[in-house]
Amino acid sequence: MLEHKLITKHIGNIDPLSIDDYVGVGGYAMFKKALGMTRLDIHDAFEASKLRGRGGAGFPVAIKLMAMAKETRKPKYVICNADEGEPGNFKDRYLMENNPHQIIEGMLIAAYATGSSHGYLYIRGEYAQSMATMQQAIEAARQAGYLGSNILNSRFDFDLEIRSGAGSYVCGEEFALLESIEGKAGRTRVKPPFPTAKGLFNQPTLINNVETLATFPVIIAMGGEAYAKIGTPTSTGTKLISLSGNVRKKGVYEVPFGVSMRKIIEELGGGVGAGRKIQMIQLGGACGPIIPEYMLDMVIDFERFEEFESKTGAGAIIVIDDRHDMFAILEQVSEFFTHESCGKCTPCREGNVHMRNVLRRFVNKTATEQDLLMLENQARVIHQTSLCGLGQTAPTAIISTLHYFRFDYLNRIEDSMQEVA
Amino acid sequence: MPTITINNLEVRADAGMTILEAARAHNFKIPTLCHYPDLDIKSDCRICVVELIGQKGLVTACSTPVYEGMAVKINSPRALNARKAITEMILANHDAECTACVRNMNCELQRLAESTGIVKNRFESILEVKPVDKSNPSLVRNSNRCIKCGRCIDACKTIQGIGVLDIAGRGHDSDVTTAFGKALADVFCTYCGQCSAVCPVGAIMEKDSTDVVWEAIDHPDKHVIVQVAPAIRVSLGEELGLALGSIVTGKIVAALKMLGFSKVFDTNFTADLTIIEEGHELINRMKNGGKLPLITSCCPGWVRYAEHQYPDLLDNLSTCKSPQQMFGALAKTYYAQRENLNPKDIFVVSIMPCTAKKYEASRPEMSYNGQDPDVDAVLTTRELAKMIKQMGIEFENLREQKFDKPDEVTTGAAAIFGATGGVMEAALRSVKEILDERPLEQLEFDRVRGYEGIREAEVTIKGETVKVAVAHTLSQAKKIADDIRLGTSPYAFIEVMACPGGCVGGGGQPYGTTHEKSRERIQTIYQVDRLMKVRKSHDNAAVANLYSNYLGEPSGKLAHTLLHTKYTPR
Ligand SMILES: Cc1cc2nc3c(=O)[nH]c(=O)nc-3n(C[C@H](O)[C@H](O)[C@H](O)COP(=O)(O)O)c2cc1C
Ligand code: SF4
Ligand code: SF4
Ligand code: SF4
Ligand code: SF4
Repeated sequence: MLEHKLITKHIGNIDPLSIDDYVGVGGYAMFKKALGMTRLDIHDAFEASKLRGRGGAGFPVAIKLMAMAKETRKPKYVICNADEGEPGNFKDRYLMENNPHQIIEGMLIAAYATGSSHGYLYIRGEYAQSMATMQQAIEAARQAGYLGSNILNSRFDFDLEIRSGAGSYVCGEEFALLESIEGKAGRTRVKPPFPTAKGLFNQPTLINNVETLATFPVIIAMGGEAYAKIGTPTSTGTKLISLSGNVRKKGVYEVPFGVSMRKIIEELGGGVGAGRKIQMIQLGGACGPIIPEYMLDMVIDFERFEEFESKTGAGAIIVIDDRHDMFAILEQVSEFFTHESCGKCTPCREGNVHMRNVLRRFVNKTATEQDLLMLENQARVIHQTSLCGLGQTAPTAIISTLHYFRFDYLNRIEDSMQEVA
Repeated sequence: MPTITINNLEVRADAGMTILEAARAHNFKIPTLCHYPDLDIKSDCRICVVELIGQKGLVTACSTPVYEGMAVKINSPRALNARKAITEMILANHDAECTACVRNMNCELQRLAESTGIVKNRFESILEVKPVDKSNPSLVRNSNRCIKCGRCIDACKTIQGIGVLDIAGRGHDSDVTTAFGKALADVFCTYCGQCSAVCPVGAIMEKDSTDVVWEAIDHPDKHVIVQVAPAIRVSLGEELGLALGSIVTGKIVAALKMLGFSKVFDTNFTADLTIIEEGHELINRMKNGGKLPLITSCCPGWVRYAEHQYPDLLDNLSTCKSPQQMFGALAKTYYAQRENLNPKDIFVVSIMPCTAKKYEASRPEMSYNGQDPDVDAVLTTRELAKMIKQMGIEFENLREQKFDKPDEVTTGAAAIFGATGGVMEAALRSVKEILDERPLEQLEFDRVRGYEGIREAEVTIKGETVKVAVAHTLSQAKKIADDIRLGTSPYAFIEVMACPGGCVGGGGQPYGTTHEKSRERIQTIYQVDRLMKVRKSHDNAAVANLYSNYLGEPSGKLAHTLLHTKYTPR
């Protein structure tokens, strides 16, 4: 079996809105177990699990937990990042709408482990259904005594509220998200300091992705060592893949790290349509690299992705078949970033416009060699100098295609020259 | 003390320093654009990127703290290329008509373009031209030149606590603007001009008055006279290449004469007059149970702020006009009579460290006949410097000259008006000596000097303890005003100046003014005071003459008509 259902195990077997169903399959027992553990033991479990963040950057969870533990200032906050604004990603929504209580339980464990008293679930504005489901689940959990003060007579207090996303992609970036919860415009902050030191309202704050937090109960249940045995030695556990584009069976699949992309596309996704061929895939979403068909045997793990100087841990695979013009896709991606840039820093605010304009010339077949050189330089500079992850990853698709599809660029320039002639 | 390596050179840095600070401490130059000493670190422009050895991306020197063993390269090919490309991107969205710009030859972006070696911009222009906002009486905003560095936002929000400007929209459409893109005249701008003082380019600047002044000077029927504010003489030199803290009073007079002004007067004269009127107002209010605390009103930025934010406290404001306006009123009445001139032919110019003074001069009540302004044009320190440069005057070589009479008599009390606490100290010197009816033992009131945002002092006058306070910047003034509103203010007399450091740090002062420079100027001002023969306003014989020859009693009828004003809730 290619799929390995750890965090999605109960999905389909329970009514998402029934807390009894969740408790019936062992829900909230891991939180109770955590309450019986020392904070140090919990940290050790996460350290041993080698769990890394699932929101895109792949940051080791144990390091953040340790940074939080060192902070003595109160209150502390736990934030679940459910903004999921990256095109091609829909796995957080899948989790929220199908097993909301597991996310709440994950946040409870995180809160207990870090000594946090208050939590926020920052949910993408367009996800009305997710918000409704999570809201009902929070109320049920409160009713059942899992949220509030002196939870289960443990003298531990924690409560949780939902915040609707501000409707822009950059609000998923952790600093912009904090600003947004604070009621300000969604723009990143100067770093350092990082959120674990100065986060929400300048208090210590743990921010994790939905999937990351949904994994917390699993790790408490099976122990860090056992969890680390799944996947590859450095990328442990499982990953939710949002599979979309030109495949037969789009959807969310949970696979262990180390599985090849070809297998995911062919065995789980049923391949591309009849008579079609895969031309390329984009990994991670708009911010990810575009790689050619011949690289599909590459396995999913953090190291491989880092080779592209990109952070593609969010786990989207967008399949692009042979009907598409690569430059049209690149222009679309570039348009997306031009629109989503918050405008705070120069390279991202100005540079994306220039990249889009150059790409338009490739689409219209009016590009020159100079355009190619400019594009290459712009992409590098924007990648290397932007203030936040949005600008840093905006040129990833361009940089990767300049590498893997250089001939297509050169051919298009030749076409352009002929068109002029 | 961490040891770090900059361009292969090992240097010591202090813990907590940023790369930029460490580099500057060792004379390495890293270009910056959004960075400004007294404002928050924004790291928006990304110009100061350097290569951090062992890291894939580049890091901004302004925001990255140093650590033991850190190694950076300031001018690696990657960093140089990035800096150049970012500068080109800025210029590609900038109306770079340098020759038609106030900042030509005095522009941070221009200098950056030069230092990054831009000959031809490889980036195509993507500028979408927007209209220039000239609606405000003091300031002009040209967003086609705005590089979105955020300095003005900080100055208005953080220093002044107002927040008229902010960044709106996102991505390429983002714009530094007012709420809902309103005209700068239709928002609550106090005209202090701190935004214009920190802007690195010509995107927000004082409204130009040099043209009307040149025209007036050239007009055959106009008698053009000029007054020079106290804070100019310690700052203008910097803008014209002299050392920080140079006292250039005599050279200013000489330069103004060369520019063609008929008479050159010293605002210090009416500063002393202000002290006499305001001192009597304080004495009257204290004696007769009038409204206290009395708050100074010589700063139009503060007056406008109070009219808007504290309309309930307007009775606390001194009714005295500012020295600038007292001068204007006297020029068109007393001086006109004395010189046998038609006031309509007199054109009064003031040189001020201040953009709000332009607005003050345009207030309708500042008119001797209800029609024509008392002060016809206000030039900032920067505008005067520009005119001097336009004329090709070699300022440092000028022979010093004296102000025209009667203003040659000036006092140390007037000289210190330009420093925060100066008006307070000048007033105390007079009020205490007059009420105590014996000579002051100590002229310096050290407790009201200094740079703290709010300073308070207790002064014994006629055996009674009087509490006074001094505030500079409007965010500090707010605290004082809130206390008055709550009835918890213990003070009898308060001085408020809108700008950091007082007028020495005014919005019309030379570019690059910082707290450090303002402090330096304040020191110079106290030095001027120390060297002065007459140091108390009520000892100014020329002022006494003016009362006996023309005005009558201080606070008397004519004095009230000419030298006092009223305020309007807004
Ligand atoms: C432009 C941008 C958008 C992001 N959007 C999301 C998002 O929607 N959800 C998310 O979990 N992380 C997002 N991130 C990553 C967060 O900044 C942060 O790294 C993450 O929430 C940390 O959680 P994790 O360690 O569990 O992955 C985004 C980052 C950037 C730069
Ligand atoms: S990289 Fe883009 S989104 Fe991020 S701060 Fe800069 S302008 Fe804003
Ligand atoms: S702001 Fe500077 S670069 Fe721009 S037009 Fe003016 S002088 Fe030139
Ligand atoms: S107006 Fe000037 S100070 Fe303000 S953001 Fe624009 S360039 Fe910066
Ligand atoms: S402090 Fe001085 S320079 Fe600043 S607004 Fe007031 S009068 Fe003008």
